[in-house]
Parts: sequence; C-alpha cells; structure tokens
Amino acid sequence: MTRLVLDGLQFAYPGGKSVLHGISAVADSPAVIGIVGPNGAGKSTLLDLIAGQRIPRAGQCTLGGQAIHQMPRDALCRQIAHVPQLVPADVPLTVEEVILTGRLPYGRGLFEQEEDHAAMEQAILRTRLTAFRGRPFGALSGGEKQRVLLAAAVCQGAPIVLLDEPSAHLDPENEAAMWELFRELQQSGHLVIVVTHHLGLAAQHCDRIWLLEQGRLAADAVPCDALEPARLERVFRVPFHWHQSAEGRVFLTYGR
Amino acid sequence: MAADPRRQVGSAVLVATFAALAIAAISPLLGGSGMDYGRLWRGESPDWEIFVNLRVPRTVLAFLAGAALSVAGALYQAVLREALATPSSLGVTSAAALGAVAAIALGSGEETGFPLVWAAALAGSGVVIALVAALGRVKRFTAFTLLLTGIALSGICTAIILLLHSLAGITRSFQIAHWLMGGIDAVEYPVLGWLAGAIALGTWWSIRQARVLNVLMLGEAWAAGRGVDCRRVTWQGFAVGALLVGSVTAVTGPIGFVGLIVPHLLRRILGPDYRLLIPVCWLGGGAFLVVCDTISRSVLAPVEIPVGVTTALLGGPFFVWLLWSR
Repeated sequence: MTRLVLDGLQFAYPGGKSVLHGISAVADSPAVIGIVGPNGAGKSTLLDLIAGQRIPRAGQCTLGGQAIHQMPRDALCRQIAHVPQLVPADVPLTVEEVILTGRLPYGRGLFEQEEDHAAMEQAILRTRLTAFRGRPFGALSGGEKQRVLLAAAVCQGAPIVLLDEPSAHLDPENEAAMWELFRELQQSGHLVIVVTHHLGLAAQHCDRIWLLEQGRLAADAVPCDALEPARLERVFRVPFHWHQSAEGRVFLTYGR
Repeated sequence: MAADPRRQVGSAVLVATFAALAIAAISPLLGGSGMDYGRLWRGESPDWEIFVNLRVPRTVLAFLAGAALSVAGALYQAVLREALATPSSLGVTSAAALGAVAAIALGSGEETGFPLVWAAALAGSGVVIALVAALGRVKRFTAFTLLLTGIALSGICTAIILLLHSLAGITRSFQIAHWLMGGIDAVEYPVLGWLAGAIALGTWWSIRQARVLNVLMLGEAWAAGRGVDCRRVTWQGFAVGALLVGSVTAVTGPIGFVGLIVPHLLRRILGPDYRLLIPVCWLGGGAFLVVCDTISRSVLAPVEIPVGVTTALLGGPFFVWLLWSR
C-alpha cells in the first residue's frame, strides 16, 4: 500500500496572495480521488505540490514518510506520474515515442533498455492504443492524445498517477473511457488523483472527494457526503440537486 | 525513436561521417589559386606548404565552426522549444562580437589576434550567461522570456559595437569591419586544438542530454513530471551553446544562418530525435560550412566572398524551398 500524507500544506506564488491555507489529508492506494472546486480554488496548485513541482511555504507532503519536495527527482517520478493539463499540440513525435518518455526516470542513457520497451508494450495494451502506436502524436484528436499521455504515465510504472483535468476537451464516449481506465488502474493497485470540474462523473467514479474552497479543504469524504447539495451551493454559489433514475442510478445536476 | 533507434542513429551517423569526411578531404584540394597536384603528391614546395599550412587548417576551422554553430542552434531550439532560437537571435553571437570588437578597439594594436580577441569574445558570451543566470536567480524565467531577453541583448550589443566602431581610428575601424564580416582564415594548429577541445566538450554534453531534449518537446510541465529539472537544463544548455558559439565567433567572427538552417534542414529530413539530430548536425554543419568556404574562396578568386554571404545565398533559398515544398 502507498500512503500519501498532506500535512498542513500552505502555498503562495512569489509576490502573490496565498493560494493554499493548510491542507491536510491522507490518501491510501488503491483509490481514485477527485479534487474538485471552483476556478481558482487551488486544485492544480495542490496537484503540483503533490507532484513535487512546487515547494510548499509551510507544511509538507510526504510519501512513505519522506517529504516529496526533498526526494531526488528521478526517484520521485518513479513513485508519482504527473499528467499536466496542457502539452503542446504540435509535438513532432509518434505515439510510441511519447509513451517511452515515461521511462526517463529509470535512466538517462542515450537509448531505452529492453525493460523500457516491455513497459511501453504493457502500457499500450492497457490503454488500448495498439492501433495508434505508429501514428504522429500531433495528428491525434484531443481524446486520443489524453489516452497517449495516460499511457505514458502508466509506462512510468509509478503507483501514484496525478491527472489535471484530463477530460476537459473530451466527448462523452472518450470521457467515459477515460474514467473506466482510472477505475482499471485503481483495481491494479494504483492511487489515482484527478482534478476535475465534472462533479457528476467524480461522484460516479471516485472513491473519495477532496472539495477545495478558496484554498481550504471544505470536504474530504466519500462522494455522497462531500458533494452534499447545501455544501456545493455554498462553495460554487449555484444550487445543486441529486437525482435518482428509475434504474436506481444517482446523478447530480446544478442550476436554478 | 520508435523502431530500433540504435540502428537508425548508427546508420545515419555512419553515412553522414563518410559524406563529411569526403567533403573535408576534397575541399583543401580545391581553391582559387591553381595547385600542382603532382608537386603536392611529392611533398614539394610551395604546394605542400600551401596545402598543409593554409588549406588544411582552413578546412578544419570551417568544419569545426560549422559543426559548433549547428549544434548550438539545435541545442537552443531544443531547450527553448522555439524554432527561431539561434545563437544570433539569443544575443550570444552579438555579445561575443562585442567582446572581440572591444578588444580590437581598445587593445594596443599588436594584440588583436589569438588569444586576446578569443578571450574577449568568450568573455562577451560569458557575460550573457552570467546575466541570464542572475536574472534566473531573481525571477523564474520562461524560455520565451529568455528569447526576448536575448533579442534585447543582441540589440544593445550591436549598438555598442557601432559606437566603438565609430569612435575607433581608421586602422582599427578597418580591423573591426573586417572582423565583423566573419570569415574562415587559416589559423595555427594550436588554435585549432583549443577550438576542437571546446567544441568537443559542448557537443559531448549535448549528445548526453539528447533524451532529455526529446522529452522537452512535450513542454516543461511534462518534462518536469518525468524527472527533468527544466530550469537547470535550460540554463546549462544556454551556457553550453554560448561556449560553442563564443569559441567559434572568437576565431572566425560572426557567421550567421548556419545555426538556423542546418538543424531545421536535418530535422525535416531525419525527424526530431535529438539523439540522431545532434551528431548529424555536427557532421552536416561542418560539411556545409566547408562547402560554403570552398565556394567563397573559389568562385571570384582571387577575391574572397565572406563565408556568411555564401551560407545565406546557398542555404537560404534551399531552406525556403524545403519549408514550402512539404
């Protein structure tokens, strides 16, 4: 089991106001955790801190008892794979080449080793990208690109996968497929932490929700508790409603 | 990078090596003043001396300069993820030129050769590195900021060069103008040895970082998530590029265009993999400048055209054709 501990995390951008005010939470693998909240609540910043890409002003984020921002970069990236919100659209690499970038934390030699290629083959199979493997990354659709980036994160072999709004530009079919992949990763022992604005999908697919409000953790609970309508209305300033379909499925809507 | 990159890199480097060696071997035999190849073969004067003391060092210098400028161009384009990043656009060439021009303008007149001008040119490019490093300590910089800073620095350096030029006496003014035209001249073998050492160091670092440069194509955020210290790589890449460009500029004067067209040309032909691109840029850039220098000293002999004119006139139209033909 991998345990990630956020202990009183505070962060402020240089010369700017404070973004996070003492976030404390614990995440154990396997799980899918959704980080939700309004724009500017500090979701992506929190993800960057967990990824070790920013240094907290106070508090710390630890992995197996070790402060993340003090871990050597390659060692950290063997534990945490971070998929940022944006990568350049015109990357002149093929799908395979992009996926193999996930193996850099295992060695900086000029060429990848056999085990790197084996990890790539596994990642391609798991993300069902066999038909795309030789194609140019730049020619893929937004959904296909997201799958390739997720495959690279899988290829990285890290037990923790962080994703920043991975389904922001996806159609419903690709979005559903993406969340299924998160579930598959969880079933194979990963801790998946996803920043998302899709509260309904987060409620449906996440084991736990971290709800951020102006840099503070407004809720850390299972979806039906964290996404309680009165709390959501306070945080997002718009009314939310839970509904139940005839088949018994629950879903969340918002608006007046 | 995909299908057996070892074989792909190996065969491309082998072909490029043979081509570059062939060009480098033929070039010293060609030139404006006719050479008696029989006397050269028998090692007789003056052809043997012309060959060994003038033609060969000139070809070696052209090769080293082209190799260094091409690798520096590819390196800048990689670390800054900017197609227009070149030694010239980043201010490194201008800073090195300013150092050299200052040495010529303010020196005693007898010290305008190696090593004073070289040291001054290296110091000029070193100032750019120090400035960028200082800015980086004060504020987090992006690749784009670095590029804009370079363009501004280039403008400032050019202005100071013009000022020094206008204040210099007639002799110095002529020396400055001649040096600023840039060109390949025969230099002594020890100078070539120093230059080769500096270029080997810069090229070795660039090849060692090739996989990291590949990952940087996906942006800083992605590279950071694969363990790359982007700020460090950018800063180191900038410094290594300055070493390459500063060393060459010190000996040859400013030669533009090579750092732009050779990497882009080879990227179009061979693809974006820096493990392949950097060694082939070294070989291809070297061969390209040897060809340009051979043309420069042959077509209007005994008048020599500045090599920068030939690189632009020969490479420019071909580069534009290549860009528009795909």
